[in-house]
Amino acid sequence: MHILKILFKNAFRHKLRTGLTIISITIALLAFGLLRTVIDAWYAGVEASSAYRLVTRNAVSIIFPLPLSYKDRIRQVDGVSAVSWGNWFGGIYIDEKNFFANFAVDARTYFDLYREYAIPDDQRTAFMRDRKGFVAGRKLAQRFGWKIGDTVVLKGTIFPGNWEFVMRGIYRGRDPNADETVFVFHWDYLNETLKKAASTRVDQVGFYMVGIRDPARATSITDAVDSLFKNSYAETITETEKAFTLGFVAMSDAIITAIELVSFVVIIIILAVVANTVAMSVRERTNEYAVFKTLGFGGWRVAGLILGESIVITMLGCAFGVAATYPAAQIFGKAMGAYFPVFHVSPGTLLLDVAFSFVVGILAALVPIYRTLRMRIAEGLRMVE
Amino acid sequence: MVVSISKLCKSYHRGGQVIPVLSDISFDIAEGEFLALMGPSGSGKSTLLNLIAGIDQPDSGSIVIGGVDVTQLTETELAHWRALNVGFIFQFYNLIPVLTAFENVELPLILTSLSRAERREHVTMALKVVGLEDRMDHYPGQLSGGQEQRVAIARAIVTDPAILVADEPTGDLDRVSAEEIMGLMDRLNTESKKTIIMVTHDPRAAKKAHVVRHLDKGVLTNAHSQDTL
Repeated sequence: MHILKILFKNAFRHKLRTGLTIISITIALLAFGLLRTVIDAWYAGVEASSAYRLVTRNAVSIIFPLPLSYKDRIRQVDGVSAVSWGNWFGGIYIDEKNFFANFAVDARTYFDLYREYAIPDDQRTAFMRDRKGFVAGRKLAQRFGWKIGDTVVLKGTIFPGNWEFVMRGIYRGRDPNADETVFVFHWDYLNETLKKAASTRVDQVGFYMVGIRDPARATSITDAVDSLFKNSYAETITETEKAFTLGFVAMSDAIITAIELVSFVVIIIILAVVANTVAMSVRERTNEYAVFKTLGFGGWRVAGLILGESIVITMLGCAFGVAATYPAAQIFGKAMGAYFPVFHVSPGTLLLDVAFSFVVGILAALVPIYRTLRMRIAEGLRMVE
Repeated sequence: MVVSISKLCKSYHRGGQVIPVLSDISFDIAEGEFLALMGPSGSGKSTLLNLIAGIDQPDSGSIVIGGVDVTQLTETELAHWRALNVGFIFQFYNLIPVLTAFENVELPLILTSLSRAERREHVTMALKVVGLEDRMDHYPGQLSGGQEQRVAIARAIVTDPAILVADEPTGDLDRVSAEEIMGLMDRLNTESKKTIIMVTHDPRAAKKAHVVRHLDKGVLTNAHSQDTL
C-alpha cells in the first residue's frame, strides 16, 4: 500500500465536498489564469517590441507631427541602419465597434524594419505596385472575411473622408507575440490625397521608426537623434520601441493593478475554501490520526498525511483549472480580439497556477496540522465522529 | 519483557481544577503475563493502560519496560518505541474505514523497512492467525463487529510486539463474538507468549487473565491471581 493511495482515499471520503472544493479551485484558477492572460495581453506589445528599433516622435506629444524632412537627417546618425515613418490613421470600418489599429506607413521601408511580419513576396510586390493597396494581419483578415482583391472603405476621423483601399496582402507573425491585427497602407496615398486638399498637414509624419545596428548603443543613438532637432520648432523624443509601447501601457496602469489585485484576491478566496475543507476533514478524523500516532506514526508522518491530502485536492483542482484555461482563453481571445490582438496563455501563467495551488495546499493544511500535532493521543482516541 | 511501574501519579486539569486520576501506583507485570485491569468507570484504568502503552505521560513516577523508562522518552522516541514494542486493541476497533482489512493490518508495517513482498507475507500470516485470510479485501464496513476486532488484533500483532494492550476489547461485541476474541487473546498469550494488559468491565473476559488488578478512584486496591477469582 502506498501512502499516495491513502492520500487519495482520504481526499475522496466525502466525494461531494471534495468534488465541490475541486470545482471551486478549478473555477478560481480558470479566473486567475484568464486575468493573468489579460495582463499578459496588455503587455504583449511590449514583449513583441524589438530592441533593434527606436521610435522618434514630437517632444510635445505624439499627436503633434514631425516634418518628413527629418528622415534624411536621422538616417545619417551613426548606428542607424534604416528609417521608416508612419501616421496613426484612426479609420473606422463600417462601425466604431469594429476597432482595429490602422496606419499609413512608408511601404518601401516598413516591412524591412518589421521582419516579424511575414508577407509573401508576390503579395508584397502587388502591394508596392498599388498605391491604394493595403496589407492586413491574418487575424484581422479572418475577422472581417477579407480576401486579396477586396475593396475596403475606412471612414477617416483624423483625416476626414471615405478612404478606399484594395487588399493586396496578408501578413503572418513569425512569433506568437506578433500582432496579426494591424492594417497598413501607403503613406504616399495619404500624403498625396492631403496635397489635393491643399492641407497644411502635407509632408508631416506622426512618428519615425528607426532601425539600429546595435541595441547596446540605443541610448547614445537616441541622444544623437534628439540633439539634431534641439531648439527646432519640432523637437523630438526618441526612445526604444519597448519604452515607447510601455508609455502607452502605463496610461492604463490603474486598470492593470486592479486586475492584478483581483487575481490575487481569487487565490485568497480559494485558500479559505480549501482550508475549510481540510479543517473539516481533519476534525472529523481526529480519532483516526490518534490511531495513526498510536501505531507509531510520528507527528511529521501524520502531518505529511494531512498536507498530502490538502495538496492532492488543490493539485487536482489545478490540473482541471489549467486544462480549462486553454479553451476558455481561446474563446475569450476570439471575443476580445479587437482589444487583445495577442491572447495566449503563457508558460509563466501556468507556472503561477501550479505554484499558487501548491502554496494554497500547504497553507490550508497548516492549522489542521498544528492542531493534530498538539493533540494528545489519549484525547484523540476518545473523539468519535 | 518485564513492566515495572513505580509511584505513578496522574491528574487532569479542567477549568483550573486539578482532578487526580492515579495516585501512587506501583506494581510489576511479568513477562508473558495476562493482566486484567478492572474497576468502575472513572477509576483510572484506561489512563493507566495509556501510560503503560506510552500514549500519555504521567505527572510523576516511572514505567520501566524492558529496561527502558518510557516516561523519559520524547514524543518521537515514544512513537518509535510504540511501533516496535506495543500492539493496540481498542474497544471500537479503530480501523481506517477506507482501507481494506489487508491495508489496515499493513499500516504499522509501513513504518518498517520491510519490502512489499515481506509486508504481504506478514499481513497474510497475521490475518491467518485471526482466521480472516479470506476477508483480506473486505472493508471494515463489510465486516461484523467480531471480525473487525479480529482485524484490529491482526494489526496489533503484525509487527510481533512483546506487549499487547487492549482497552475493553469485548465492550462493543455480543457474547459469542466476545468469547471468540477472548479465545484469540488467550491463544496469543499462551502460544505466542505475548504479555497482555487488558482493561475490562466484563468478568467473563477477565477470567482469561492470569492476574486481575482492581482500581478504585485512582488507587490500586488489590490483585488476584486467576485461581482466586
